[in-house]
Amino acid sequence: MDWLTTVDHKKIGILYLIAGGLFFLIGGLEAILIRIQLMQPKMDFVTAQQFNELITMHGTTMIFLAVMPIIFALMNAIIPLQIGARDVAFPFLNSLGFWTFFFGGLLLNLSWLVGGAPDAGWTSYMPLASNTYSTTHGVDFYSIGLQIAGIGTLLGGINFLVTIINMRAPGMTFMRMPMFTWAVFITSALILFAFPAITVGLVLLTFDRLFGANFFEIANGGNAVLWEHIFWIFGHPEVYILILPAFGIISEVISTFSRKRLFGYSSMVFATILIGFLGFMVWAHHMFTAGLGPVANALFSIATMLIAVPTGIKIFNWLFTLWGGQLTFNTSSLFAIGFIPTFVMGGVTGVMLASAPADFQYHDSYFVVAHFHYVIVGGLVFGLFSGLFYWWPKMFGRVLNEKLGQLTFWTFFIGFHMTFFIQHFLGLMGMPRRVFTYLPNQGFDTMNLISTIGAFLMGVGTIAFLINIAVTAAKPKNAPNDPWVDGRTLEWTIPSPAPEYNFKQTPLVRGLDAYWKEKMAGNKEVPAAEPVGSIHMPSPSIIPFMMSVGLFIAGFGFMFAKDEFASSFVGMLFNNYIVAILGLVITFGGMFLRSVFDDHGWHIEPEELEDKGVKA
Amino acid sequence: MSSHAEHLDGQLPHEPEKATLEGRNKVLGFWLFLGGESVLFGTLFATFLALRDQIAEGKPGTELFQLPTVALATFILLTSSLTSVFATQALHRHNVKAMINWLIVTVILGLGFLGLEIYEFFEYVHEGHKFTTSAFSSSFYTLVGFHGAHVAFGVVWIGILIAQIFKKGLTVVTAPKIYVAGIYWHFIDVVWVFIFTVVYLMGKVG
Repeated sequence: MDWLTTVDHKKIGILYLIAGGLFFLIGGLEAILIRIQLMQPKMDFVTAQQFNELITMHGTTMIFLAVMPIIFALMNAIIPLQIGARDVAFPFLNSLGFWTFFFGGLLLNLSWLVGGAPDAGWTSYMPLASNTYSTTHGVDFYSIGLQIAGIGTLLGGINFLVTIINMRAPGMTFMRMPMFTWAVFITSALILFAFPAITVGLVLLTFDRLFGANFFEIANGGNAVLWEHIFWIFGHPEVYILILPAFGIISEVISTFSRKRLFGYSSMVFATILIGFLGFMVWAHHMFTAGLGPVANALFSIATMLIAVPTGIKIFNWLFTLWGGQLTFNTSSLFAIGFIPTFVMGGVTGVMLASAPADFQYHDSYFVVAHFHYVIVGGLVFGLFSGLFYWWPKMFGRVLNEKLGQLTFWTFFIGFHMTFFIQHFLGLMGMPRRVFTYLPNQGFDTMNLISTIGAFLMGVGTIAFLINIAVTAAKPKNAPNDPWVDGRTLEWTIPSPAPEYNFKQTPLVRGLDAYWKEKMAGNKEVPAAEPVGSIHMPSPSIIPFMMSVGLFIAGFGFMFAKDEFASSFVGMLFNNYIVAILGLVITFGGMFLRSVFDDHGWHIEPEELEDKGVKA
Repeated sequence: MSSHAEHLDGQLPHEPEKATLEGRNKVLGFWLFLGGESVLFGTLFATFLALRDQIAEGKPGTELFQLPTVALATFILLTSSLTSVFATQALHRHNVKAMINWLIVTVILGLGFLGLEIYEFFEYVHEGHKFTTSAFSSSFYTLVGFHGAHVAFGVVWIGILIAQIFKKGLTVVTAPKIYVAGIYWHFIDVVWVFIFTVVYLMGKVG
């Protein structure tokens, strides 16, 4: 019950990790099924329809329900600690954000059980996703599930922007913020300006499918390319929403395990800002073959190639941080170091794809599949593993097992390259993406088999990680404040896991890498900016959970409003929009309650802090 | 609660909405939210502009739109923006009575606008300009309807806030709510200015 009502950012972080991890396993299982189907030519492991559902759900689940929530898990667990804050700006909205994401994801995944999963690809292009070509409720699950989950992401973005702007500890200027905080700051801004576009896109898609609107219905004047524009105006910034936090994690990990200040901190900050900015002007490079014309293609081509410059700055900064550092090799730093060459390869194929004329050759082939898995798995997922191993003790009070961790690294790293490196060549040889099978003797057979073996190896790595979690959870909770000894930032100054109130006294920040600076000055602790006093805490609340359940019910209500039901009573409830309205009443009722009844919170008194202080 | 208690005994600061960290967070968060809302309406406007000539079997805007009704609605909504400024000014003077009165005027004007809009939509549907008629009609109703839904939400929201002020009075907890409702109301007025120009005036010119 405590977990349903919590507004503590650290607990919400753990909830995000559990839910995101669960969806990651589902998405991973879908990937394995896809690879089994493609293991040999003319396999009939799954049908063509099932294959379409699998690829759609694999992409959608991984992007929206697995890696984004795991990013949010680390954001929640670490950002307030890194900036010396006691909480996020809006604890209630934080909880609401988690529950809307969770119920949106649940709704989307229930499609497997209720009438078929979405089958129009994760990009859900029109007219393939229209009622004409996608006759099940699959795409409705996609549009409504993502809509509900998207609310959570938008709320999270606003929350972290305000938290980082308003709640930094005294002395922590913007240019003293840790790199992960900077990355999350820019990511949140991207979320704020990118997600409303997909909100509108999904609304239009829903209206077309459920209420007979004509946005993409060509017969009545609609325009299918409009969907592509709206989707990618969101979709490309989304790519940077995913990768920037990974850049932040890698910067922290490399700096800590090189025992060196991050090389070129200010250039790193500006590179992050520049990537965020340019990320909004490149969306049409996903549409080079849609026929926008040479001028548009040339402009978007150049803008895309420009992004390689700030990204290159980052790569060199990481290399120069490693250079001459006193390196420690553990799972976290191995993932970070493995990230660098892998991500560079993804970047290089990105520049290749950015060239519009060449893209006509690569488009819709396995070359593209290889490219985006290199940046998202080889970039983001490596970054997430690195960050999870790095911050696990701060989240759970236990250091993950190093041997099992390295097993995860090596199997996952080798399995990853085995799966996807070869797909570049499959693509260049002409194997199209999103086909459910292929004929023998086209030169695809061996490479697909190798790719599938690699996928299984990644599965082994993931299982090793799960075992690691179980083994570690059985150990005593004995991680010290600073388990890596060389921690540089404020989160390592407080107990692991962090107490409810984070900081007994708000710290005073006297430079970049506040903790490291004090260590070098011979101090054991970061000085406090205030005397010990009573600490105000927000009250837990069930309303966020309730509001999200309301949206979940309303989603089903709208989706099945025009269906026929065996039971006339159930039919009456759905066909008259009673279910949908009931759901909305619950949600808006929750908003009403929240507005009318003010939360006065509660206080932790100094005496209690002293008691807890002794224990820690 | 010690810091809160000091403010509650009648010693409200000049800008009570920014007196506490919670208040400052709320105001900044709301401005950012409006940034997101701008992208939302921007996308809806882009969709409308892309599809506004695609009238299929339906009537074009030049035949459909009745500028006098729309101009009246515009006048009402812009006036309500002014009255909401008066409410915020009264908030800064700590004049609770004037603040409530101006908020009530704002809500009444908002309801008047909504009434005109519903009447207008009924007329259009009557003339065969339905939601499903064409890409133009779908995008028209979606854009203008989204704005109308925002006005309706604002009316209900400000109504609830008025009731809260009656019960709780003006405090550092209630002040930020009134303040952000004010900026919300301005935002939907600004959006309407664009709708009036892009949808109706440009639509009438053809």
